[in-house]
Amino acid sequence: MKLALEIKNLSKKYQDFELKNISFNLPQGMIMGLIGENGAGKTTTIKAILNLLTKYSGEIKIFGKLNKNEDETVKEDIGVVLDDMFFPEILNVKDINYIMKDIYKNWDENLYNKYLNDFKLPLNKQIKTFSKGMKKKLEIAVSLSHHPKLLILDEPTAGLDPIARSEVIDIFRDFIQNEECSILISSHITTDLEHIADYITFINNGEVVLSKTSDELLNNYGIVKCRKEEFNQIEEKDYVKMRKTKYEYELLVENKKVFKKKYPKILVEQVSLEDIMVLMIKGEVK
Amino acid sequence: MDIIISNKSGIPIYEQIKEQFKSKIITNELKEGELLPSIRSLAKDLRCSVITTKNAYEELEKEGFVVTIPSKGIYVSKINKNIAREEQLNKIEDLLEQAINLAKINNIDKEEIINILNILYEEDL
Repeated sequence: MKLALEIKNLSKKYQDFELKNISFNLPQGMIMGLIGENGAGKTTTIKAILNLLTKYSGEIKIFGKLNKNEDETVKEDIGVVLDDMFFPEILNVKDINYIMKDIYKNWDENLYNKYLNDFKLPLNKQIKTFSKGMKKKLEIAVSLSHHPKLLILDEPTAGLDPIARSEVIDIFRDFIQNEECSILISSHITTDLEHIADYITFINNGEVVLSKTSDELLNNYGIVKCRKEEFNQIEEKDYVKMRKTKYEYELLVENKKVFKKKYPKILVEQVSLEDIMVLMIKGEVK
Repeated sequence: MDIIISNKSGIPIYEQIKEQFKSKIITNELKEGELLPSIRSLAKDLRCSVITTKNAYEELEKEGFVVTIPSKGIYVSKINKNIAREEQLNKIEDLLEQAINLAKINNIDKEEIINILNILYEEDL
């Protein structure tokens, strides 16, 4: 399988935060969700990929080429949505069209207009009058309108209402109908990712906690909710994390089938990405 | 064509897709030689990941229900009607095995199980 993105041992030290040996691969034609708490290192990782970080160690390859090399053609193939808006606020969407035409060789004015129309963005109003959701939609329209092969999206659905979120997710789905196209998408709205991401990479405290296919995670992991007497029967090696609330014990188990076989009387529930994320972070290690 | 996916049932989504395609093939709703939706378009329409539909098709292919023709698409294969029956028999065998194991653990003898089986079978009719 060809890789759209390859990250090997990415490390970066700040005074109060550190990225530690981040490694993961995104195969071509796939969508990877990057999840984690605020401040876990998702945005720093994305900035490193886009070559917006100074001095880091490790290796990042995009379409097999090192991103540190000054190869501008790679940039033509990447579409980006960052957490903060990067357009001057006094412009309107038409001005943006003229600017982008000069920046991207493959800028597709018709496609851009189509997205503006789909998103119902006003043509003559200054961007500063836009709502947060409208600004996000504009960024998404721009990121897609030069026919990129890799989309790198930092919280693209933040600030969008559920309807707009589902519209945007559908656009991403359309985008990967082409097998050459891939998406890296960071989000803490994990339900968005459950329905679209092929791979999930979970970053916590600057480290990759896990990087697996979403099917592996959602089909194998399970949540056990039980009382104290039941909890006492469970061996420590049979769960990953445990959280005790006032009324119950919550356990994250790695393989619900194996668990059910060993403890047929204890209830194992279907897990969501959010459950995994919360228990991984908040849960106690035995 | 209806395919209904439940995110809450606890049954893996690829398995839900696989089983529904299978029953459509066995009941002839999907006919031999019919072209099926591509991995990507199926994922888009079912709102699931590409890997999920890929897994579903791979399993269907392994079990002989569909065949992939490179750079053309995925088609319903010529199924041996016996395959479907064989598979159901395997499932029954597995379930019976579970029952027998449980019986052995609890010292319940063969006669008694056969008795239960007879009663249950007649009841159902």
